[in-house]
Amino acid sequence: MNKPFATVLDSATSLKNKTGSWRTMRPEYVTMLPPCNATCPAGENIQQWLSLAQEGKFREAWEVMVKDNPFPATMGRVCYHTCERVCNRDQFDGAVNINLIERSIGDIAIANGWQFESVPETKNKKILIIGGGPSGLTAAYFLRKLGYGVAIYESHIKLGGMMRYGVPRYRLPGDVMDSEIRRIIDMGVSVVCNRMVSDIKTEARDFDAVYIAIGAYQAIKASLNVQEGSNTIDAVELLRKLEDYPSSLPTLGKKVIVYGGGNTAIDAARTVLRLGAESVKIVYRRTINNLSAHDTEIHEALEEGIEILCLRTINTVEKGKVLLDIMNYDEENDILSKTEQTDSLPADSVIFAVGQSLDKEILKGTKEISISEHGVIEIDRNMMTGAEGIFAGGDAIMGKRTVTHAIGAGKKAAKCIDAYLQGLEPSVNIKNPAATFKRLNTAYFPQNPRVNVSRLGDISFEEKNISYFDQEIVDEASRCFSCGNCFHCDNCYGYCPDNAIIKYPDGSLEINLDYCKGCGMCVAECPCGSMKMTLDE
Amino acid sequence: MLYQLEGSHAIARTVALCRPGVVCAYPISPQTHILEGLEELIRGKKLENCEYLNVESEMGALSVAIGGEAAGVRSYTATSSQGLLYMIEAVYNASGLELPIVMTLGNRALGAPINIWNDHSDAMSARDAGWIMFFAETNQEAADLHILAFKVAEKVHCPVIVNVDGFILTHAYDRVDIPSQDKVDDFLPPYAPKASLDVNHPVAIGTMVPPEYFMEVRHLAHRKQEDSLAVIECTAHAFEKKFGRNSGGLLRRYGSPNADTVIVAMGSVAGTIKDAVDELNQEGGQFEELSIICYRPFPAEALRNSLKNAKRIIVVEKSLAVGIGGILSREVELTMKGCDVDVITVVAGLGGRNITKSMLKECFNKKSHEKITFLGLRNDIIGKQYVPINGDCC
Amino acid sequence: MSHLTIGNRLEKNVTAQSMYDRSNSLTSGHRACQGCGEALAARCILDAAYIATDGKVAVINATGCLEVFSCVYPENSWQIPWLHSLFGNAPAVATGVAAAFKRQGKENVRVIAQGGDGALADIGMGCLSGMFDRNDDVLCVCYDNQAYMNTGVQRSGATPAFSRTATTLPTGDYLGNDVQTGKNLPKIAMAHGIPYVATASVSNIHDLEKKVAKAIHLKGARYLHVHVPCPLGWGYPTSETIKVARLAVQCGLFPLFEAERGKVIKSTPINAPLKVEEYLKGQRRFAHLFGKNASSDALITLQNIADDNIREYALVGDPNE
Repeated sequence: MNKPFATVLDSATSLKNKTGSWRTMRPEYVTMLPPCNATCPAGENIQQWLSLAQEGKFREAWEVMVKDNPFPATMGRVCYHTCERVCNRDQFDGAVNINLIERSIGDIAIANGWQFESVPETKNKKILIIGGGPSGLTAAYFLRKLGYGVAIYESHIKLGGMMRYGVPRYRLPGDVMDSEIRRIIDMGVSVVCNRMVSDIKTEARDFDAVYIAIGAYQAIKASLNVQEGSNTIDAVELLRKLEDYPSSLPTLGKKVIVYGGGNTAIDAARTVLRLGAESVKIVYRRTINNLSAHDTEIHEALEEGIEILCLRTINTVEKGKVLLDIMNYDEENDILSKTEQTDSLPADSVIFAVGQSLDKEILKGTKEISISEHGVIEIDRNMMTGAEGIFAGGDAIMGKRTVTHAIGAGKKAAKCIDAYLQGLEPSVNIKNPAATFKRLNTAYFPQNPRVNVSRLGDISFEEKNISYFDQEIVDEASRCFSCGNCFHCDNCYGYCPDNAIIKYPDGSLEINLDYCKGCGMCVAECPCGSMKMTLDE
Repeated sequence: MLYQLEGSHAIARTVALCRPGVVCAYPISPQTHILEGLEELIRGKKLENCEYLNVESEMGALSVAIGGEAAGVRSYTATSSQGLLYMIEAVYNASGLELPIVMTLGNRALGAPINIWNDHSDAMSARDAGWIMFFAETNQEAADLHILAFKVAEKVHCPVIVNVDGFILTHAYDRVDIPSQDKVDDFLPPYAPKASLDVNHPVAIGTMVPPEYFMEVRHLAHRKQEDSLAVIECTAHAFEKKFGRNSGGLLRRYGSPNADTVIVAMGSVAGTIKDAVDELNQEGGQFEELSIICYRPFPAEALRNSLKNAKRIIVVEKSLAVGIGGILSREVELTMKGCDVDVITVVAGLGGRNITKSMLKECFNKKSHEKITFLGLRNDIIGKQYVPINGDCC
Repeated sequence: MSHLTIGNRLEKNVTAQSMYDRSNSLTSGHRACQGCGEALAARCILDAAYIATDGKVAVINATGCLEVFSCVYPENSWQIPWLHSLFGNAPAVATGVAAAFKRQGKENVRVIAQGGDGALADIGMGCLSGMFDRNDDVLCVCYDNQAYMNTGVQRSGATPAFSRTATTLPTGDYLGNDVQTGKNLPKIAMAHGIPYVATASVSNIHDLEKKVAKAIHLKGARYLHVHVPCPLGWGYPTSETIKVARLAVQCGLFPLFEAERGKVIKSTPINAPLKVEEYLKGQRRFAHLFGKNASSDALITLQNIADDNIREYALVGDPNE
C-alpha cells in the first residue's frame, strides 16, 4: 500500500536541500609554515618528520630529515635548535624536544646502517669542494644526489671541519660524526685530505664549478699585553691539537682563564676542565645576558663548576696571572667602556676564544674573489663569488657561524651550483604564512610536559647516552602541535553539524560546499590551525 | 456463546478476541472495568502476546498506543470524559498519522462541575478529531462494534472511537454473545500497517507539513472518511453474515416506516425511545426511531434518504453546545437542508439525568416545541437561579 | 596527535564520528541553524547507537528544533526509522514502540526517545517519569539547550539561574532567570532508580559515544542528558559551540557522570576547574552579569553551583581516578 501522503517520508530526502546557499563565509584547508621549519637554518621540515616519528616510522622520518640535512645524529647533538626556542608548544607546556628526537633517530639510522642512495654521475660534470667541513660535505651530498661528480680537498688530516675541530668530543662522539661523514663519502665522493689549496683558479681548471667551504680557522688576536713567560694558546688551536695530536698539547696548569663569550669559549673551558684543570674561569667583557654562547652550553658549563666573570677585559697576561680592566656596559646603546677599576686573577694559562676569521691565504691568486670589510668572502645572492663558477659558503661568508647554518649554506650552494651549471636561476621556495600560536586550539592537547634527559654525568670526554628509546621518541614527537599542518585528527569531519566534510577511505578530507552553512566550527576546532574562514564569493 | 456479563467485561472479552498486542490502561470512570477486564484476561493468559501497560495518564495511554501502532502492532486503550480531554492532542495526532487505534470511550459528562455520570459531551469534544466514531445501543452492540472497529480502522487506516454510554452500558449486566476466537480471527486478519518503524525500510513518520501541502493532507483525510462510509456498511453486512446478527453499520431504523415524526438519537437512549415509539404507535401515532451508529464519518446521504418522508425530526441528544444549542441536531438540520421538515432539538440526560419513557412520550407528543427543549429541566431551580444579565456594556 | 580529537590518522582510540563510512543517521540538508549543537549531538548519538546495534535502532522525537529542522515535507534528513508524535509524549510513544517490538520478537531493535529540555523537563515530564517508573525498555536522550529554542528562546524548567531568555529579560534589579531554577533532570531520573543515567557533552564525543554504546544495550529505562549549546539562543558566535560546551564542563557547571540504579558510579574529572566566568562571559544570555551593571553576587551564586558539583561528583582530585 502507498505510504500516507506527506506525513511519511523516505529517508535522506533532505539531500536535495543544498544548505550551502545559507553561507557567507566558507572554510578552507590551509597549510601554514610551522615556526620550527621557518627558523631551521638547514631548512628541515621538522613538523613532517615529527609526524612520521609519531607513527613510529623512524626510517621515513629519517628520510625526511636527510632531504635537507645529511647529519641528523650530529645535528641532534650540536645544533643550537632555534626550532625549540620558537616552538609554539613552548608557550603551553614546554617546547617539543626536537633536537633529541633528531639525535635519537639519527642514532637509529647509524645503528641500522641506513645508507644514502648512490646516484650515478649522470650529469657528466664535476665540482670541486674546498673544505670538508659541514658545509662542504653537505654540498657534496646534495650535488652527488643530483648526479654530479664531486671531489673534496681537505686541508686537515680528517674530514669534518668545525664539527671535528670546533666541537669537543663529549658533545659529539667521533664515531657518530664519522658514520655520518662516511655515509656521504660512500655515495661516491672523492676525498683528498691533508690537501692545501694555494691557487683556486688553477685547481678549478679540471672542474665545472668550485665551492669554497674553508671555514674560518684563523684565531682573532685580542689586543692586549702578553708578557714573556706567560702561557697562552688560541682555543681553535687547542681543540685541533686535542683532536689530531693529543700528545702535543701544551701544559695548561691548574688555574686556567678562558677569554671570550662565544660557544668556542665555553667549549674550550669545558675541555680544559676535562683535561684536568682545577679551576676554569671565563672572562667576558659584557654581561652574562650578552654571552653569544648558547644558553644550554652556559648552563652546563656553570653546572660543571666553571666560573664566568663578566664585565672584565684582559689588559695584560703575566706569568701566573692576568690583569683585568673592569668594564661598564650600557646595554641600551651597546656602549662598552672601561671604568677606573681593575682586578687581577691567578692564571697558569690563558686561552683566547675571542673569535675566528677567514684564512685569506688561498684566495690570494684569485683577484675576482673579493673580501668584504668584515673579512669574509663576498658572494652574490646565488652564492657565487666574483669569479665565474666559484661559489662560497659556510663560515667563510657573512652569517652565523654554526654547524647548522653551514649545512644550510651547503644545501643552498648545491642548488645554486646545479642551477648555474644548467644555465638557470635557482628556484625560489615560496613560503607559507606563519602558523602562530594563536591559530591553535590547544584544548585538544592535554598538559604533557616535555621529557628532558639530563646531559650531565661525569665530567669526561665520554658522551652520556641520552638518546630516547623508541617509545620515548614516539611519545615526545606526539607532543608536536603540527602547527598549520593537518594531522588528520578528523575534528572538522566529526564536528560539522551539517556533514559538510567528506572523508574518503584514504583519510583525505574535502569540504562539501553544497551543504556547508559556514558556521566555522571546523575552523574553530582545528587543533593545529590548518583551516581558515574566507569570504564566500 | 451467551454470557451474562457486565458491559465492560463483554467489551474486554471481545477486544481480547481481536488480539491487540499493546493495551494501555489508565483508570477513569466509567470505562475502568474494561481495562481491568483486559488486565485479568492478559494475566490469566486468556489473551496472549499482549503488552499491558499501566501508564501515568491518558496522554500516556494514547501515546503508548500510537507507538505500538506505529511499530506495526494492533493497539487499544479506553477512556472517558476528562481523560479524553487530557489526551486530546494525541487524539488528533493518531488520526493525522493514520494509525488505526481502537479506543473505547465510556461516555461521561465533562466538568466543571465534575460529574461522573453519562452523557455525550466527551464524544462531542472529539467529533472533529478525524476519528471514526461509533455509538453502541446495547451491550451486545458495544461488544460487536469493537470487532467492526478494528476491521474498519485497519482497512482505511483511521482510528476508531467506540462510544459506550457510561454506567448505562458499561456497568449494566446483560446477556451478550461472545463469538468464538476462530470466527473473530477469520473476520479480522492480522494487522498490516501502512507505514511502520522498520529498520529495513526506514521512513520518517510525522513530518511537519508546510502550507503548500497541508490543505491537501486535510482534504485527503476528509475524502478518506467519506469513502469509509461504504466500507463501514459493507463491513457490517459481512459481520452479519459471519456472526448472524446486525451490529454496526451507519444507521438503524425502528418503528413505523415513513412515519411523520422520526426520533433521531445515538447510543443506549434508543432503547427507551423505542419503547416510547412502540407505545405511541400503539396509541395510533406515526413515529419512527432512527439510531445513528456511525457518527463520524457523518452518514449524511443515508440519513437524508431515511428521513426524506419525515415531516418532523426530533433529535434527542445527550450533549449541549453552549452558546448554540444542539450539536447532532444542527448536523441533521444541515443534512436535511432544502427538505420541508422541522428539526427539533431535545437535549436530554446531561450528566446522567434520567430519561424516562413517559418524559419522552410527552415530549414527542407535543405539537409544537421550543427552539430547544431541555428534557426534564427543573424550572423551579432555573426560575430562582437565572438572573438576566443587564444588556449594558458597563 | 591527541587522544581528545575526533579521530587520528593511526586509527587508535577514534570515535565513530571519525569513520569515513559512518551512518550519518541525521544527514545533510537539514535546516538547523549554523553551528547547532543539537544537530551535531543527535548525529553523534544516533550514529553511535547505530553502530552498537548494527543498525537496529528506531527513534521517537518530541516536537522541537530537532524535529522541525530535520523533517519538513518533502525533506527528511533521517536515515533511521523515526517518528514524531507530539511535544510532550515522546517517552510514552517510545514505550509503545518498545512494547510492540517485544510483541514482534524484535527486542534487538533498540528504541530511543529524544527531545529537548522543554519536551522532557517540562511538558513531557509526566510521560518521562512514567516511562522511568515502568522501567520501559527505552533510552531517553535529552538535548539540553536550556530554553525553548524552537519558539524563540523562552525560559524552560531547565533554564539556568540568571539566564536571559525572551521571557526572563534582565531589567533593573531583575537579573534574569531566578536562582532556584534549572530542574536537575539527571537527578530526577536517578530518583526513579532506573538502570542507567548519564550526562554527556557535545564537546566530548569520545565520552558521549561510550555512554551511548553502554546505554543502548542495557534493558529497561535509561536516560542520557546531553549539554548542547545553542549559538542563537545563548548568544555566541556560531563557531564556538564546542568551546562553550567544553567550558561548561571545565568550570563544573555541567558535570559529566554516570549513575546506575540511582547511584553515581563514575564521573569525568576536570583537572584544573576554570572559574564560571570563563564559561559565562562569552554568552550574551549572561552578559548582564558583567560590564557596568555587573553582579558579583550572581557570579558567586553560579560559582557556588559549580563548586557544589565539583564536590558532589568528585570532579577534582579523586585519588581513585
